[in-house]
Amino acid sequence: MNVELILFFVLAAVAIGAALGMLFSRNAVYSALFLILNFATVAVFFLLLGAPFIAMAQVTVYAGAIMVLFLFVIMLLGAEQIQHQARRGWQRPLAMLLTLVLLAESAYLIFTRSDVLTVLPPAASDYGSPQSIGLLLFSEYLLPFEVTSILLLAAMVGAIVLVKEDKKKSGGRK
Amino acid sequence: MVIDWVLVLEWVIKSILLVFILLTGFAYTTFYERKLAAAIQLRIGPNRAGPGGWLQPAADGVKLIFKEEFTPAEAYKFVFVLAPIITVVPALVIMAVVPWGDVVNLFGRMVPLYLADINVAVLYILSVASVSVYGIVLAGWASNNKYAMLGGLRSSAQMLSYELALGLAFIGPILIAGSMSLMDIIEAQRNVWFIVYQPLGAIIFYIAMLAEVNRAPFDMPEAEQELTAGYHTEYSGMKFSLFFMGEYIKMAAVSGIFASLFLGGFRGPFVDELPGLGPLYFFLKIVASLGVMIWIRATMPRLRYDRLMAFGWKVLLPLALLNVFVTAVVIVALGL
Repeated sequence: MNVELILFFVLAAVAIGAALGMLFSRNAVYSALFLILNFATVAVFFLLLGAPFIAMAQVTVYAGAIMVLFLFVIMLLGAEQIQHQARRGWQRPLAMLLTLVLLAESAYLIFTRSDVLTVLPPAASDYGSPQSIGLLLFSEYLLPFEVTSILLLAAMVGAIVLVKEDKKKSGGRK
Repeated sequence: MVIDWVLVLEWVIKSILLVFILLTGFAYTTFYERKLAAAIQLRIGPNRAGPGGWLQPAADGVKLIFKEEFTPAEAYKFVFVLAPIITVVPALVIMAVVPWGDVVNLFGRMVPLYLADINVAVLYILSVASVSVYGIVLAGWASNNKYAMLGGLRSSAQMLSYELALGLAFIGPILIAGSMSLMDIIEAQRNVWFIVYQPLGAIIFYIAMLAEVNRAPFDMPEAEQELTAGYHTEYSGMKFSLFFMGEYIKMAAVSGIFASLFLGGFRGPFVDELPGLGPLYFFLKIVASLGVMIWIRATMPRLRYDRLMAFGWKVLLPLALLNVFVTAVVIVALGL
Protein backbone atom coordinates (compact mmCIF):
# COMPACT_ATOMS: atom_id res chain seq x y z
CA MET A 1 0.00 0.00 0.00
CA ASN A 2 1.18 3.49 -0.73
CA VAL A 3 1.49 5.31 2.59
CA GLU A 4 1.51 8.73 0.99
CA LEU A 5 -1.71 8.06 -0.87
CA ILE A 6 -3.50 6.97 2.31
CA LEU A 7 -2.18 10.04 4.12
CA PHE A 8 -3.35 12.24 1.26
CA PHE A 9 -6.91 10.98 1.38
CA VAL A 10 -7.15 11.17 5.17
CA LEU A 11 -5.80 14.72 5.14
CA ALA A 12 -8.05 15.71 2.26
CA ALA A 13 -11.08 14.46 4.19
CA VAL A 14 -9.98 16.44 7.26
CA ALA A 15 -9.36 19.58 5.18
CA ILE A 16 -12.76 19.41 3.47
CA GLY A 17 -14.48 18.58 6.75
CA ALA A 18 -12.82 21.56 8.42
CA ALA A 19 -13.79 23.87 5.55
CA LEU A 20 -17.42 22.73 5.76
CA GLY A 21 -17.34 23.10 9.54
CA MET A 22 -16.11 26.65 9.14
CA LEU A 23 -19.00 27.47 6.79
CA PHE A 24 -21.74 25.86 8.83
CA SER A 25 -20.88 26.52 12.46
CA ARG A 26 -23.13 29.03 14.17
CA ASN A 27 -20.45 30.45 16.43
CA ALA A 28 -17.78 32.67 14.87
CA VAL A 29 -15.11 31.34 17.25
CA TYR A 30 -15.76 27.77 16.15
CA SER A 31 -15.60 28.91 12.53
CA ALA A 32 -12.19 30.42 13.22
CA LEU A 33 -11.03 27.21 14.89
CA PHE A 34 -12.14 25.14 11.90
CA LEU A 35 -10.25 27.51 9.62
CA ILE A 36 -7.10 27.02 11.74
CA LEU A 37 -7.50 23.25 11.41
CA ASN A 38 -7.86 23.69 7.66
CA PHE A 39 -4.66 25.78 7.45
CA ALA A 40 -2.79 23.21 9.53
CA THR A 41 -3.88 20.41 7.16
CA VAL A 42 -2.73 22.44 4.18
CA ALA A 43 0.65 22.80 5.94
CA VAL A 44 0.88 19.01 6.21
CA PHE A 45 0.12 18.78 2.47
CA PHE A 46 3.12 21.02 1.83
CA LEU A 47 5.22 18.70 4.02
CA LEU A 48 4.06 15.70 1.99
CA LEU A 49 5.07 17.53 -1.18
CA GLY A 50 8.59 18.01 0.20
CA ALA A 51 8.38 21.74 0.94
CA PRO A 52 8.99 22.05 4.70
CA PHE A 53 9.83 25.75 4.51
CA ILE A 54 6.46 26.62 2.99
CA ALA A 55 4.73 24.30 5.46
CA MET A 56 6.31 26.07 8.42
CA ALA A 57 5.57 29.49 6.94
CA GLN A 58 1.95 28.38 6.47
CA VAL A 59 1.65 27.42 10.14
CA THR A 60 3.48 30.48 11.48
CA VAL A 61 1.78 33.08 9.33
CA TYR A 62 -1.71 31.74 8.67
CA ALA A 63 -2.51 29.30 11.47
CA GLY A 64 -0.47 31.32 13.96
CA ALA A 65 -0.35 35.07 13.48
CA ILE A 66 -3.32 35.86 11.26
CA MET A 67 -5.85 33.59 12.90
CA VAL A 68 -4.91 34.77 16.39
CA LEU A 69 -5.77 38.29 15.26
CA PHE A 70 -9.07 37.01 13.81
CA LEU A 71 -9.88 35.41 17.16
CA PHE A 72 -8.93 38.61 18.98
CA VAL A 73 -11.29 40.69 16.87
CA ILE A 74 -14.11 38.17 17.24
CA MET A 75 -13.69 38.02 21.00
CA LEU A 76 -13.18 41.74 21.58
CA LEU A 77 -16.25 42.67 19.54
CA GLY A 78 -18.29 39.82 20.99
CA ALA A 79 -19.13 38.92 17.39
CA GLU A 80 -19.68 35.28 18.30
CA GLN A 81 -22.92 36.22 20.05
CA ILE A 82 -24.42 38.23 17.21
CA GLN A 83 -27.44 36.42 15.80
CA HIS A 84 -27.91 35.91 12.11
CA GLN A 85 -29.14 39.12 10.61
CA ALA A 86 -31.35 39.36 7.56
CA ARG A 87 -29.14 38.39 4.64
CA ARG A 88 -28.89 40.54 1.60
CA GLY A 89 -31.12 38.93 -0.99
CA TRP A 90 -28.66 39.00 -3.86
CA GLN A 91 -25.82 37.31 -1.97
CA ARG A 92 -26.95 33.71 -2.14
CA PRO A 93 -27.73 33.51 -5.90
CA LEU A 94 -24.51 35.32 -6.72
CA ALA A 95 -22.46 32.90 -4.57
CA MET A 96 -24.14 29.94 -6.24
CA LEU A 97 -23.46 31.36 -9.70
CA LEU A 98 -19.79 31.98 -8.95
CA THR A 99 -19.39 28.48 -7.48
CA LEU A 100 -20.93 26.97 -10.61
CA VAL A 101 -18.53 28.95 -12.80
CA LEU A 102 -15.56 27.72 -10.74
CA LEU A 103 -16.74 24.10 -10.87
CA ALA A 104 -17.36 24.30 -14.62
CA GLU A 105 -13.91 25.76 -15.14
CA SER A 106 -12.22 22.98 -13.16
CA ALA A 107 -14.26 20.29 -14.91
CA TYR A 108 -13.36 21.77 -18.29
CA LEU A 109 -9.66 21.75 -17.39
CA ILE A 110 -9.70 18.19 -16.07
CA PHE A 111 -11.58 16.72 -19.04
CA THR A 112 -9.98 18.62 -21.89
CA ARG A 113 -6.39 18.99 -20.79
CA SER A 114 -5.34 15.52 -19.74
CA ASP A 115 -1.69 16.56 -19.83
CA VAL A 116 -2.05 18.45 -16.51
CA LEU A 117 -2.66 15.14 -14.81
CA THR A 118 0.52 13.43 -15.96
CA VAL A 119 3.19 12.48 -13.47
CA LEU A 120 5.56 15.32 -12.75
CA PRO A 121 9.31 14.79 -12.74
CA PRO A 122 10.73 14.54 -9.20
CA ALA A 123 11.67 17.92 -7.75
CA ALA A 124 15.27 18.95 -7.27
CA SER A 125 16.74 18.00 -3.89
CA ASP A 126 17.03 21.62 -2.76
CA TYR A 127 13.51 22.44 -3.97
CA GLY A 128 11.73 24.66 -1.45
CA SER A 129 14.73 24.84 0.85
CA PRO A 130 15.27 28.13 2.73
CA GLN A 131 18.36 28.91 0.62
CA SER A 132 16.69 28.42 -2.76
CA ILE A 133 13.60 30.41 -1.73
CA GLY A 134 15.78 33.24 -0.42
CA LEU A 135 17.86 33.31 -3.59
CA LEU A 136 14.75 33.39 -5.78
CA LEU A 137 13.14 36.15 -3.70
CA PHE A 138 16.19 38.37 -3.92
CA SER A 139 17.00 37.78 -7.60
CA GLU A 140 14.18 36.79 -9.92
CA TYR A 141 11.29 38.06 -7.78
CA LEU A 142 13.02 41.08 -6.24
CA LEU A 143 10.56 43.66 -7.57
CA PRO A 144 7.34 41.89 -6.46
CA PHE A 145 8.98 41.14 -3.12
CA GLU A 146 9.89 44.79 -2.50
CA VAL A 147 6.49 46.01 -3.73
CA THR A 148 4.82 43.64 -1.27
CA SER A 149 6.96 44.93 1.56
CA ILE A 150 6.06 48.53 0.74
CA LEU A 151 2.39 47.53 0.59
CA LEU A 152 2.64 45.98 4.05
CA LEU A 153 4.47 49.03 5.39
CA ALA A 154 1.73 51.29 4.00
CA ALA A 155 -0.91 49.12 5.69
CA MET A 156 0.97 49.34 8.99
CA VAL A 157 1.34 53.12 8.79
CA GLY A 158 -2.33 53.33 7.84
CA ALA A 159 -3.39 51.38 10.91
CA ILE A 160 -1.34 53.64 13.18
CA VAL A 161 -2.70 56.80 11.54
CA LEU A 162 -6.29 55.58 11.97
CA VAL A 163 -5.74 54.98 15.68
CA LYS A 164 -4.10 58.40 16.17
CA GLU A 165 -6.94 60.22 14.41
CA ASP A 166 -9.51 58.56 16.63
CA LYS A 167 -7.65 59.61 19.78
CA LYS A 168 -7.49 63.27 18.78
CA LYS A 169 -11.19 63.44 17.92
CA SER A 170 -12.36 61.87 21.16
CA GLY A 171 -10.02 64.19 23.05
CA GLY A 172 -11.49 67.23 21.24
CA ARG A 173 -15.04 66.27 22.08
CA LYS A 174 -14.31 66.17 25.77
CA MET B 1 8.66 2.13 -0.05
CA VAL B 2 10.50 -0.04 2.42
CA ILE B 3 10.01 0.86 6.04
CA ASP B 4 12.94 0.28 8.34
CA TRP B 5 11.13 -1.10 11.38
CA VAL B 6 14.19 -0.80 13.59
CA LEU B 7 14.37 2.89 12.72
CA VAL B 8 10.69 3.34 13.55
CA LEU B 9 11.27 1.55 16.86
CA GLU B 10 14.25 3.81 17.54
CA TRP B 11 12.09 6.93 16.96
CA VAL B 12 9.31 5.60 19.16
CA ILE B 13 11.73 4.82 21.99
CA LYS B 14 13.38 8.22 21.70
CA SER B 15 10.03 10.04 21.63
CA ILE B 16 8.73 8.16 24.67
CA LEU B 17 11.99 8.80 26.50
CA LEU B 18 11.82 12.52 25.68
CA VAL B 19 8.19 12.85 26.83
CA PHE B 20 8.99 10.86 29.98
CA ILE B 21 11.99 13.08 30.81
CA LEU B 22 9.96 16.24 30.19
CA LEU B 23 7.08 15.07 32.39
CA THR B 24 9.30 14.00 35.30
CA GLY B 25 11.40 17.09 34.73
CA PHE B 26 8.25 19.19 35.06
CA ALA B 27 7.53 17.76 38.52
CA TYR B 28 11.05 18.36 39.73
CA THR B 29 11.27 21.83 38.15
CA THR B 30 8.48 22.92 40.49
CA PHE B 31 10.45 21.47 43.41
CA TYR B 32 13.66 23.14 42.18
CA GLU B 33 11.82 26.45 41.93
CA ARG B 34 10.37 26.25 45.44
CA LYS B 35 13.65 25.19 47.00
CA LEU B 36 15.80 27.76 45.17
CA ALA B 37 13.32 30.62 45.67
CA ALA B 38 13.18 29.67 49.36
CA ALA B 39 16.97 29.75 49.62
CA ILE B 40 17.12 33.15 47.90
CA GLN B 41 14.45 34.58 50.21
CA LEU B 42 16.00 33.00 53.36
CA ARG B 43 13.13 30.55 53.86
CA ILE B 44 13.29 26.75 54.17
CA GLY B 45 10.82 25.66 51.49
CA PRO B 46 9.08 22.28 51.28
CA ASN B 47 10.83 19.82 53.60
CA ARG B 48 8.09 17.54 54.98
CA ALA B 49 7.31 14.98 52.27
CA GLY B 50 10.14 12.45 52.14
CA PRO B 51 13.79 13.09 52.97
CA GLY B 52 14.55 16.77 52.39
CA GLY B 53 11.12 17.22 50.79
CA TRP B 54 12.10 15.22 47.72
CA LEU B 55 8.68 13.52 47.50
CA GLN B 56 6.84 16.86 47.45
CA PRO B 57 6.16 16.73 43.66
CA ALA B 58 4.56 13.30 44.06
CA ALA B 59 2.39 14.59 46.90
CA ASP B 60 1.36 17.59 44.78
CA GLY B 61 0.51 15.33 41.87
CA VAL B 62 -1.68 13.07 44.00
CA LYS B 63 -3.44 16.09 45.48
CA LEU B 64 -4.20 17.57 42.04
CA ILE B 65 -5.51 14.25 40.70
CA PHE B 66 -8.00 13.87 43.57
CA LYS B 67 -9.22 17.46 43.50
CA GLU B 68 -12.70 18.17 42.23
CA GLU B 69 -12.86 19.00 38.54
CA PHE B 70 -15.24 21.86 38.10
CA THR B 71 -16.61 23.10 34.79
CA PRO B 72 -18.63 26.33 34.91
CA ALA B 73 -22.22 25.88 33.73
CA GLU B 74 -21.95 28.70 31.19
CA ALA B 75 -18.58 27.60 29.79
CA TYR B 76 -18.13 26.46 26.20
CA LYS B 77 -17.51 22.86 27.25
CA PHE B 78 -15.60 21.49 24.27
CA VAL B 79 -13.17 24.39 23.99
CA PHE B 80 -12.89 24.51 27.78
CA VAL B 81 -11.47 20.96 27.71
CA LEU B 82 -9.49 21.56 24.52
CA ALA B 83 -7.60 24.64 25.77
CA PRO B 84 -5.35 22.93 28.38
CA ILE B 85 -4.48 20.25 25.82
CA ILE B 86 -3.51 22.86 23.22
CA THR B 87 -1.27 24.42 25.87
CA VAL B 88 0.62 21.23 26.77
CA VAL B 89 1.08 19.61 23.35
CA PRO B 90 3.20 22.39 21.74
CA ALA B 91 5.40 22.40 24.86
CA LEU B 92 6.04 18.69 24.38
CA VAL B 93 6.60 18.67 20.62
CA ILE B 94 8.85 21.74 20.45
CA MET B 95 11.77 19.72 21.85
CA ALA B 96 11.69 17.34 18.86
CA VAL B 97 14.14 19.46 16.86
CA VAL B 98 16.49 20.28 19.74
CA PRO B 99 19.47 17.89 19.71
CA TRP B 100 20.67 16.66 23.08
CA GLY B 101 23.75 14.86 21.82
CA ASP B 102 25.74 13.77 18.79
CA VAL B 103 25.55 10.40 17.03
CA VAL B 104 26.53 7.63 19.47
CA ASN B 105 27.24 3.94 19.02
CA LEU B 106 24.63 1.96 20.97
CA PHE B 107 24.70 -1.87 20.69
CA GLY B 108 26.53 -1.69 17.36
CA ARG B 109 24.04 0.77 15.87
CA MET B 110 24.74 4.44 15.18
CA VAL B 111 21.99 6.28 17.04
CA PRO B 112 21.70 10.06 16.67
CA LEU B 113 20.72 11.65 19.98
CA TYR B 114 18.02 13.85 18.49
CA LEU B 115 14.61 13.21 17.04
CA ALA B 116 14.86 15.26 13.88
CA ASP B 117 17.61 17.37 12.34
CA ILE B 118 15.61 19.37 9.81
CA ASN B 119 16.85 22.33 7.82
CA VAL B 120 13.97 24.52 9.01
CA ALA B 121 14.31 23.69 12.72
CA VAL B 122 14.24 27.34 13.78
CA LEU B 123 11.07 27.98 11.79
CA TYR B 124 9.55 24.87 13.32
CA ILE B 125 10.21 26.28 16.80
CA LEU B 126 8.63 29.61 15.84
CA SER B 127 5.57 27.99 14.33
CA VAL B 128 5.00 25.75 17.34
CA ALA B 129 5.42 28.79 19.60
CA SER B 130 2.85 30.71 17.57
CA VAL B 131 0.35 27.86 17.89
CA SER B 132 0.81 27.64 21.67
CA VAL B 133 -0.85 31.07 22.02
CA TYR B 134 -4.20 29.46 21.19
CA GLY B 135 -4.35 27.51 24.45
CA ILE B 136 -4.40 30.75 26.42
CA VAL B 137 -6.79 32.68 24.16
CA LEU B 138 -9.25 29.81 24.10
CA ALA B 139 -9.02 29.14 27.84
CA GLY B 140 -9.87 32.77 28.50
CA TRP B 141 -12.79 32.75 26.10
CA ALA B 142 -14.25 29.34 26.93
CA SER B 143 -14.40 30.07 30.67
CA ASN B 144 -17.05 32.73 29.97
CA ASN B 145 -15.72 34.84 32.82
CA LYS B 146 -14.61 38.44 32.41
CA TYR B 147 -11.42 38.04 34.43
CA ALA B 148 -10.44 34.93 32.49
CA MET B 149 -11.24 36.71 29.21
CA LEU B 150 -9.19 39.79 30.10
CA GLY B 151 -6.35 37.66 31.40
CA GLY B 152 -6.37 35.49 28.30
CA LEU B 153 -6.36 38.49 25.96
CA ARG B 154 -3.57 40.19 27.90
CA SER B 155 -1.37 37.12 28.09
CA SER B 156 -1.79 36.29 24.45
CA ALA B 157 -1.24 39.89 23.31
CA GLN B 158 1.95 39.82 25.36
CA MET B 159 3.08 36.55 23.79
CA LEU B 160 2.36 37.84 20.27
CA SER B 161 4.31 41.05 20.90
CA TYR B 162 7.37 39.34 22.34
CA GLU B 163 7.32 36.65 19.66
CA LEU B 164 8.55 39.30 17.19
CA ALA B 165 11.63 40.12 19.26
CA LEU B 166 12.16 36.39 19.84
CA GLY B 167 12.05 35.66 16.11
CA LEU B 168 14.50 38.46 15.37
CA ALA B 169 16.89 37.25 18.09
CA PHE B 170 17.00 33.87 16.31
CA ILE B 171 18.46 35.56 13.23
CA GLY B 172 21.87 36.39 14.79
CA PRO B 173 22.95 32.75 15.34
CA ILE B 174 21.39 31.75 12.00
CA LEU B 175 23.43 34.40 10.19
CA ILE B 176 26.69 33.37 11.87
CA ALA B 177 26.14 29.65 11.41
CA GLY B 178 24.68 30.05 7.92
CA SER B 179 22.01 27.47 8.61
CA MET B 180 18.60 27.05 10.24
CA SER B 181 19.36 23.54 11.49
CA LEU B 182 20.13 23.44 15.20
CA MET B 183 22.78 20.74 14.62
CA ASP B 184 24.65 23.11 12.29
CA ILE B 185 24.24 26.02 14.72
CA ILE B 186 25.66 23.92 17.57
CA GLU B 187 28.47 22.67 15.32
CA ALA B 188 29.39 26.29 14.51
CA GLN B 189 29.85 26.91 18.25
CA ARG B 190 32.57 24.26 18.52
CA ASN B 191 35.17 26.84 19.57
CA VAL B 192 33.30 29.91 20.76
CA TRP B 193 29.76 30.09 22.13
CA PHE B 194 27.49 32.49 20.28
CA ILE B 195 26.74 34.39 23.48
CA VAL B 196 30.21 35.93 22.97
CA TYR B 197 29.41 37.14 19.44
CA GLN B 198 25.78 37.92 20.21
CA PRO B 199 25.57 39.30 23.76
CA LEU B 200 22.71 41.65 22.89
CA GLY B 201 20.91 38.93 20.93
CA ALA B 202 21.22 36.54 23.87
CA ILE B 203 19.80 39.08 26.33
CA ILE B 204 16.91 39.94 24.00
CA PHE B 205 16.22 36.25 23.48
CA TYR B 206 16.22 35.54 27.20
CA ILE B 207 13.85 38.43 28.03
CA ALA B 208 11.53 37.55 25.14
CA MET B 209 11.45 33.92 26.14
CA LEU B 210 10.51 34.84 29.73
CA ALA B 211 7.56 36.72 28.25
CA GLU B 212 6.74 33.81 25.92
CA VAL B 213 6.36 31.37 28.80
CA ASN B 214 4.57 33.93 31.00
CA ARG B 215 7.22 33.93 33.70
CA ALA B 216 7.99 36.69 36.20
CA PRO B 217 8.38 39.64 35.68
CA PHE B 218 5.90 39.06 32.84
CA ASP B 219 3.53 36.72 34.69
CA MET B 220 0.24 38.40 33.83
CA PRO B 221 -1.95 35.45 34.90
CA GLU B 222 -0.74 35.85 38.47
CA ALA B 223 -1.64 39.53 38.82
CA GLU B 224 -4.25 38.59 41.43
CA GLN B 225 -5.36 42.08 42.35
CA GLU B 226 -6.43 42.94 38.81
CA LEU B 227 -7.17 39.64 37.08
CA THR B 228 -7.77 37.05 39.83
CA ALA B 229 -5.87 34.17 38.18
CA GLY B 230 -6.11 35.35 34.56
CA TYR B 231 -6.97 32.78 31.94
CA HIS B 232 -6.94 29.84 34.36
CA THR B 233 -9.32 31.39 36.90
CA GLU B 234 -12.04 28.82 36.21
CA TYR B 235 -9.79 25.79 35.95
CA SER B 236 -9.29 23.27 38.73
CA GLY B 237 -7.92 19.79 39.31
CA MET B 238 -6.07 18.10 36.46
CA LYS B 239 -7.12 20.71 33.90
CA PHE B 240 -5.40 23.37 35.97
CA SER B 241 -2.35 21.19 36.41
CA LEU B 242 -2.14 20.82 32.62
CA PHE B 243 -1.65 24.60 32.38
CA PHE B 244 0.88 24.37 35.15
CA MET B 245 2.62 21.51 33.34
CA GLY B 246 2.59 23.47 30.08
CA GLU B 247 4.30 26.43 31.75
CA TYR B 248 7.07 24.39 33.37
CA ILE B 249 7.73 22.16 30.35
CA LYS B 250 7.90 25.29 28.21
CA MET B 251 10.44 26.74 30.64
CA ALA B 252 12.65 23.69 30.17
CA ALA B 253 12.10 23.68 26.40
CA VAL B 254 12.97 27.33 25.85
CA SER B 255 15.99 26.89 28.12
CA GLY B 256 17.10 24.03 25.87
CA ILE B 257 16.61 26.21 22.79
CA PHE B 258 18.51 29.07 24.44
CA ALA B 259 21.36 26.68 25.33
CA SER B 260 21.47 25.38 21.74
CA LEU B 261 21.50 28.84 20.17
CA PHE B 262 23.83 30.69 22.50
CA LEU B 263 25.56 28.31 24.93
CA GLY B 264 26.88 25.68 22.54
CA GLY B 265 24.10 23.14 23.09
CA PHE B 266 25.49 19.74 24.05
CA ARG B 267 29.06 20.83 23.22
CA GLY B 268 31.64 20.93 26.00
CA PRO B 269 35.08 19.60 26.86
CA PHE B 270 35.81 16.01 25.70
CA VAL B 271 32.43 15.62 24.00
CA ASP B 272 34.10 14.44 20.78
CA GLU B 273 35.89 11.60 22.58
CA LEU B 274 32.96 10.67 24.82
CA PRO B 275 29.65 11.47 23.03
CA GLY B 276 27.80 10.28 26.13
CA LEU B 277 28.82 13.51 27.87
CA GLY B 278 26.66 15.54 25.44
CA PRO B 279 23.29 14.98 27.16
CA LEU B 280 24.94 15.68 30.53
CA TYR B 281 26.31 19.06 29.41
CA PHE B 282 22.99 19.90 27.80
CA PHE B 283 21.15 19.00 31.01
CA LEU B 284 23.49 21.14 33.12
CA LYS B 285 23.00 24.12 30.79
CA ILE B 286 19.21 23.76 31.02
CA VAL B 287 19.39 23.57 34.82
CA ALA B 288 21.54 26.71 34.90
CA SER B 289 19.12 28.59 32.65
CA LEU B 290 16.15 27.45 34.77
CA GLY B 291 18.06 28.63 37.84
CA VAL B 292 18.37 32.13 36.37
CA MET B 293 14.63 32.15 35.59
CA ILE B 294 13.81 31.19 39.17
CA TRP B 295 16.29 33.75 40.48
CA ILE B 296 14.55 36.47 38.45
CA ARG B 297 11.17 35.35 39.73
CA ALA B 298 12.36 35.36 43.34
CA THR B 299 13.77 38.89 43.13
CA MET B 300 11.90 40.98 40.53
CA PRO B 301 8.47 42.65 40.91
CA ARG B 302 5.90 42.23 38.14
CA LEU B 303 5.74 44.82 35.35
CA ARG B 304 2.58 46.86 34.89
CA TYR B 305 0.74 45.75 31.75
CA ASP B 306 1.09 48.95 29.69
CA ARG B 307 4.80 49.23 30.56
CA LEU B 308 5.26 45.61 29.54
CA MET B 309 3.75 46.26 26.11
CA ALA B 310 5.68 49.52 25.69
CA PHE B 311 8.91 47.75 26.61
CA GLY B 312 8.25 44.98 24.10
CA TRP B 313 7.41 47.25 21.20
CA LYS B 314 9.49 50.36 21.84
CA VAL B 315 12.67 48.90 23.37
CA LEU B 316 13.06 45.21 22.66
CA LEU B 317 11.86 45.17 19.04
CA PRO B 318 14.05 48.10 17.80
CA LEU B 319 17.04 46.66 19.67
CA ALA B 320 16.47 43.26 18.06
CA LEU B 321 16.23 44.89 14.62
CA LEU B 322 19.43 46.81 15.30
CA ASN B 323 21.12 43.58 16.37
CA VAL B 324 20.14 41.85 13.11
CA PHE B 325 21.33 44.85 11.09
CA VAL B 326 24.71 45.11 12.82
CA THR B 327 25.30 41.34 12.67
CA ALA B 328 24.54 41.25 8.95
CA VAL B 329 26.77 44.27 8.20
CA VAL B 330 29.67 42.84 10.23
CA ILE B 331 29.39 39.45 8.54
CA VAL B 332 29.42 41.04 5.08
CA ALA B 333 32.23 43.47 6.01
CA LEU B 334 34.46 40.69 7.36
CA GLY B 335 33.56 38.47 4.41
CA LEU B 336 32.66 35.52 6.64
